[in-house]
Amino acid sequence: MVSAAVTAPRALPAGRQRFAGALRAEWTKVRSVRSTLWCLVATVVGGIGICVLATSSEASNWRNAGFVDKALFDPTSISLTGLLFGQLAVGVLGVLVMSAEYGTGTIRASLAAVPRRPVVLGAKIVVFGAVALVVSEVVAFAAFFIGQAILSGSTPTATLSGPGVTRAVVGGGLYLTVLGLLALGLATIIRHTAGAIFTFVSVLLILPLIVSAFPASIGHPIGRYLPAVIGSAMTTTTGHGHPDFLPSFPPWTGFFILCAYAVGALVVGGVIMVRRDP
Amino acid sequence: MIEARGLTKRYGSTVAVDALSFEVLPGQVTGFLGPNGSGKSTTMRMVMGLDRPDAGHVTVNGRRYHDLPWPLREVGGLLESKAIHPGRSATNHLLALAQTNDIPRARVDEVLELVGLSSVARKRAGKFSLGMTQRLGIAAALLGNPGVLLFDEPVNGLDPEGILWVRNLLKRLAAEGRAVFVSSHLMSEMALTADHLVVIGRGHLIADQPVAEFVAQSSRQSVLVRTPRPDRLRAALTDAGGRVDPGADGAMVVVGLPAAAVGDLAAELGIALHELSPQTGSLEDAFMELTRDSVEFRAERPAAAGTAGGPGGGGAAVSGSEVPG
Repeated sequence: MVSAAVTAPRALPAGRQRFAGALRAEWTKVRSVRSTLWCLVATVVGGIGICVLATSSEASNWRNAGFVDKALFDPTSISLTGLLFGQLAVGVLGVLVMSAEYGTGTIRASLAAVPRRPVVLGAKIVVFGAVALVVSEVVAFAAFFIGQAILSGSTPTATLSGPGVTRAVVGGGLYLTVLGLLALGLATIIRHTAGAIFTFVSVLLILPLIVSAFPASIGHPIGRYLPAVIGSAMTTTTGHGHPDFLPSFPPWTGFFILCAYAVGALVVGGVIMVRRDP
Repeated sequence: MIEARGLTKRYGSTVAVDALSFEVLPGQVTGFLGPNGSGKSTTMRMVMGLDRPDAGHVTVNGRRYHDLPWPLREVGGLLESKAIHPGRSATNHLLALAQTNDIPRARVDEVLELVGLSSVARKRAGKFSLGMTQRLGIAAALLGNPGVLLFDEPVNGLDPEGILWVRNLLKRLAAEGRAVFVSSHLMSEMALTADHLVVIGRGHLIADQPVAEFVAQSSRQSVLVRTPRPDRLRAALTDAGGRVDPGADGAMVVVGLPAAAVGDLAAELGIALHELSPQTGSLEDAFMELTRDSVEFRAERPAAAGTAGGPGGGGAAVSGSEVPG
């Protein structure tokens, strides 16, 4: 029954294992589970579907809209509304990329294959980051163009050459990507899928509700550090975020802070990964 | 080969592995034996660089696992059978591992063929039975065609045919010159596969010797005696330097005296013997004897049980001379 396929040990190749091998392995892992597909489908369907609903609603209500609403109308921002849903799906994927390894025990196989743990984390960051960036930017641009097509004829529309428009559309994709990397970092620290997703959703959706309830003198200075507020600023052409939301930092300042969160979470996660037994 | 020196692992105040030193040499199957919870899995994880020792070190082919240039090409490990994403196919699970060590894709199909999983290679691993999952773990261990192999409880969940297959595989791998380190809590399993034994209990090294030597040294040689005048004989045997334990159904188990001496003594005293049979302890008994004090969780032993070669021993006799009690 045992075939001749087991042969005497062979000589080892020259050199040592490289980062490229770890990258290929992470790509194989990401593309070989259905949860990746579902998360990406949710990002696309949510991002574009909600855009269609939001812009259709604006288009049909425009005649009855008030003066202030018309003055503040941002056709770019309204077309990117769906990214609010997309950010959840990208975040869940970011969590699963790491937490599924701990949940199923495959982390041990992964770390036995690549004992240098930062290499494993690095490969996940690159592969997930690339997938998230491509999908998020595609969704952001698709939502923008579809949204403008729906608005066209009923309301003012935007073009990519308009002030702040390209920045908002590209920024929407960047926001989702870095938010996903923050989720990956949280999962590396927490190791449990449910715990990491709970933490991610709390930071993203619950914290803004709590901070909004504070008096403005306390809530506003704190609020501008929240990822959701940063995302809001990044996806509006004015760069001030949605008018009925908490005030924000300028888009790129906010983006820099968001990147700092992601780097911080990933570094802490990396240190824990190296120090704590899997 | 694997070399462990003073390997120690603590979890809080519990010492899981305590200053363990041993070697696993190429060309033989080294059985790693101990009761459940004795630190076998922890030790194996430390060999594979997964758990960090609190003291001591372990090397594979002279290097720490972390420093191996191509880990999977030097060491293969079956650590936990369930370490597989349920949504991923067997092929993709192995492919991802192969890619990290530049192992050619063709080798993935080769090891799947070897463990008999080719027909389900593209199915989601979550649908696999325990036995199939175990085979997939073995395939992963063989992926890099390594010279050092670790198997943690490899026959768990396998059917009799699968168990036989694993036994033959382990022996073959050793015959090819590989160092094979296989853990089990089943002494009988080790008796059939291992050439050498490393026995631990509560993280301590209890024995490190060839299987045959282990049995000869550790098994309790005893004599089962039945007589209508037990009190008289017991006193005489004790005077002669033997120890007499009560056996089943009024029998006596004599330790420390050969059967011939017991028979002569009885003849001298004119005591009739209804049974006089030498008992050779099985490997299982030797193991039980050695680890008796180091079993972490134990049910109360029935009073009459535990004598060498007694009824319900269940272990396979190594010498083949076990006499039914």
